[in-house]
Amino acid sequence: MDAIILQILNGLDKGSAYALIALGLTLIFGTLGVVNFAHGALFMIGAFCAVTLSRLFNLSHKVAVPGETDFLGNPLMRDQPYLYDIFGEATGAALIDWAVPLAILFSIPIMLFVGWAMERGLIKHFYKRPHADQILVTFGLAIVMQEIIKYYYGANPIPTPAPAAFTGSFDFGAMLGLDPNQIIYPYWRLVYFAFATVIIGAVFAFLQFTTFGMVVRAGMADRETVGLLGINIDKRFTIMFGIAAAVAGLAGVMYAPINSPNYHMGMDFLVLSFVVVVVGGMGSLPGAVLAGFLLGILESFASMSAVIDLIPGINQIIIYLVAIIILLTRPRGLMGRKGVMED
Amino acid sequence: MFGLEKKDAKLLLIVAALVFFAPFLLNPFPSDSGMAQFNAGYPDLMQRFVIFGIFAIGFNILFGLTGYLSFGHAAFLGVGSYSAVWMFKLLSMNVVPAIILAVIVSGLFAIVIGYVSLRRSGIYFSILTLAFAQMSFALAYSVLTPITGGETGLQLALNDPRILGAAQTADGNIPVPGIFGLEMRSTAELAVGPWEFVFNVGYYFSGILMLASFYLAIRIFRSPFGMMLRAVKSNQQRMSYTGLNPKPYTLAAFVISGMYAGLAGGLMAAMDPLAGAERMFWTASGEVVLMTILGGVGTLIGPVLGAGAIKYMENIISKINSDILHGWFAFLPDGLEDFVVAIIYPFIGKGWHLTLGIIFMLVVIFLPGGLVEGGQRIAKLFGKKKTNDAKDGAEAKTPAE
Amino acid sequence: MGILEVKDVGKRFGGLQALSDVQLNVAENTCHAIIGPNGAGKSTLLNCLIGKLIPDSGSVMFDGQSVLGRTPFEICQMGISRVFQTPEIFGDLTVLENMMIPIFAKRDGSFEMNGISSVFSQKDVLEDAEKMLEDMNMADKRHMHAASMSRGDKRRLEIGMCLSQNPRLLLLDEPTAGMARADTNNTIDLLKEIKAERDITIAIIEHDMHVVFSLADRITVLAQGTPLVEDSPENIKGHPKVREAYLGESA
Repeated sequence: MDAIILQILNGLDKGSAYALIALGLTLIFGTLGVVNFAHGALFMIGAFCAVTLSRLFNLSHKVAVPGETDFLGNPLMRDQPYLYDIFGEATGAALIDWAVPLAILFSIPIMLFVGWAMERGLIKHFYKRPHADQILVTFGLAIVMQEIIKYYYGANPIPTPAPAAFTGSFDFGAMLGLDPNQIIYPYWRLVYFAFATVIIGAVFAFLQFTTFGMVVRAGMADRETVGLLGINIDKRFTIMFGIAAAVAGLAGVMYAPINSPNYHMGMDFLVLSFVVVVVGGMGSLPGAVLAGFLLGILESFASMSAVIDLIPGINQIIIYLVAIIILLTRPRGLMGRKGVMED
Repeated sequence: MFGLEKKDAKLLLIVAALVFFAPFLLNPFPSDSGMAQFNAGYPDLMQRFVIFGIFAIGFNILFGLTGYLSFGHAAFLGVGSYSAVWMFKLLSMNVVPAIILAVIVSGLFAIVIGYVSLRRSGIYFSILTLAFAQMSFALAYSVLTPITGGETGLQLALNDPRILGAAQTADGNIPVPGIFGLEMRSTAELAVGPWEFVFNVGYYFSGILMLASFYLAIRIFRSPFGMMLRAVKSNQQRMSYTGLNPKPYTLAAFVISGMYAGLAGGLMAAMDPLAGAERMFWTASGEVVLMTILGGVGTLIGPVLGAGAIKYMENIISKINSDILHGWFAFLPDGLEDFVVAIIYPFIGKGWHLTLGIIFMLVVIFLPGGLVEGGQRIAKLFGKKKTNDAKDGAEAKTPAE
Repeated sequence: MGILEVKDVGKRFGGLQALSDVQLNVAENTCHAIIGPNGAGKSTLLNCLIGKLIPDSGSVMFDGQSVLGRTPFEICQMGISRVFQTPEIFGDLTVLENMMIPIFAKRDGSFEMNGISSVFSQKDVLEDAEKMLEDMNMADKRHMHAASMSRGDKRRLEIGMCLSQNPRLLLLDEPTAGMARADTNNTIDLLKEIKAERDITIAIIEHDMHVVFSLADRITVLAQGTPLVEDSPENIKGHPKVREAYLGESA
């Protein structure tokens, strides 16, 4: 029982990331009909927004420590972040500590801009080209994006800590009245899951309850008809692309403390997220979310030592295996609509 | 000639000449000059040119003719390498059985993966092949360590059986791959004045196999089978209602291209007898896609050009550093020099992938026919009436769905 | 005994009974038209004949053999060719190659691994294809990309591709839909010529009554998934039920 709960919890954070990326992929595919291989790069850029803000906050200058000298008798210098000068030491330190959550605000305009630029500058020219061309050009773009990040941030992972308040773990088992010390769960992962839930909820609410969302949903169902109604669907789709980019970016921002950002993290997640989209059903938003969490949890179950002893290596291949089985037995995925790219 | 149309025979002869004279052609700069770093005529790189050429030619038989975009072709490359190394370990250091086994095993592997993946088309096919390749990679990296050597890769050891050859050389070293006693690494050098040319057994062995692969590819392109593969790409519905079964045609193309990849993998192991799981990683699959598109998908010569261009960039551009750049732009005023160098710097050295990504995007956007189409456009520009250039492989050059 | 016998065929899509109790008997070497208002089930019926759909009940016999459960390419190899509503050709290939493919299919069967010899060394296929192109008056277009031709020419090529296999039954699905008047008339002339010169049975679905009455020997009227009446063109024209169900709407 403990083990099962623990594995479900362990699967949640990765599952959340899969779900968020897959959600964006599906939005783009469903509305624009574009297969976006650069979506993982957007996730990666989000994570580097967190890195960037944290670095900006830590920009500092030398100040003398009053009353202390080094061994040569000169005043002892230490680094003092500019934030301390501006907001005072306490607020400044808190801001630095909270850099990652604050990067959410910082990243939204950046991601919207990146998404807008991508769609207007590149993707829109590929609406009518074959899917293979879309895959190829976005694949090229992903390479370019990750190489740019690599150039400025280097090839090594950059540790980006969560606020001190969330760095510890808590005893989830004890909270549920089970044996203590059996289910230890880091706070930040729970935060990530809650954050993902809020974002997913917001996207669905936006699509469900706003006129904009209604038009987009109608467009996903039948683009031509909506176009005939004289609604400027293209403009809305541009905005939709920006939103999908922002969702991926936010997923990346908050993921930075879980996995130190590196330039190829986007590609690593992309491959799996595509598998998630396919399992969920191409073009189905609930399917993408469901499959994201399911596969995240499944992956974590497959990593249990009992399972690995039984089937060695299963943790490495479980997601692919599920994808292959789903594609062969139920091509439209768990919740895909019939006829959407089924062949 | 050789059962080929005249223009195809001409193309084959040109490629053959390029392969045979590559040690000269690729070393145009005297070895003591500043340009010597652009010389590509050293064995390791020349071997890569032809081996990746084989890989791309094979990939193009699948993607160029049938339009099925496989994102997992590196799996066959890896399987070929592992098979070849195992042959070196168990049988002998002769490359012939090693390469034969590499082709057979990767062919069998391709039958299994192809049979399953080809039940879907379009993007689903791409993702299925990707999933299979990533699975192979993950397994090779972990559970299959006894067969694949896991993280360290599969290497030769002194205590390997090698039942038909010596387990170790007279001086107690691991023997090196060769063909009936002629070592792959043996090299002859020719110095003509300040120029140096290198002739390597491994290169010529791979080069001849590349020519054979290229010749076979031409025959396939021009055959009824090749025509049926183009029909698969063009209209599968019409094909079915014409009494043809598209499935076995596509599977045959998949297996053939898997065997080409296996041959390339086997040759890689023959040049350097070790095999690692990273050879199967999806970036390696992506690389062959880049090569084929860059050169010109669906054309005969395109994949070879693309493989050459990418391998050249990888080895040469990545070696340029900021000192060299400063050397080039030393004639500019200081401030301007630094500025120009700063602009160019991100694109060279370790940043060559950035250059590759940008070139690749530009090709997909503006030049879907790749370098071959570029060449044709230039030829047209100069008013040469050679639109039916020998380079033009298939009639259909539209980018594949 | 007809060459094509459809008995008691029914097909249901969810809550919609697309076909019920369909009987059809097409006599050899005649032209049989199937007409009916939109949604009458004409295309569904056609798809059941060529293996694209499998009916829920009933039987479809071609020349004494059942076609049910066979794949489209097997049915084609039995001698049934189909012309589609929008011309289905190999757009990326040249006209000549388009014409050679069905001849290869006829000669070599549904799969033949002939990967070494050149296409142009297959003299017999090449000759047949050239001859067929001449019959279709398309010899001058042989090196054109098929996709770059006009719709009328594409249709002509598609019909030629079907005929090159010497099918015993040719199915036409609204062959003149979306065509200009001149192209329509050309297509009618072509089909008349084919009818006159070859031993071939034609089954045609068509909306254009001009086409139907120019070609058909027998007409079946389909309404709401079931045959209303089957008779000669003259009688159909005057049939009160038909006027009411069909001609009344379109005339």
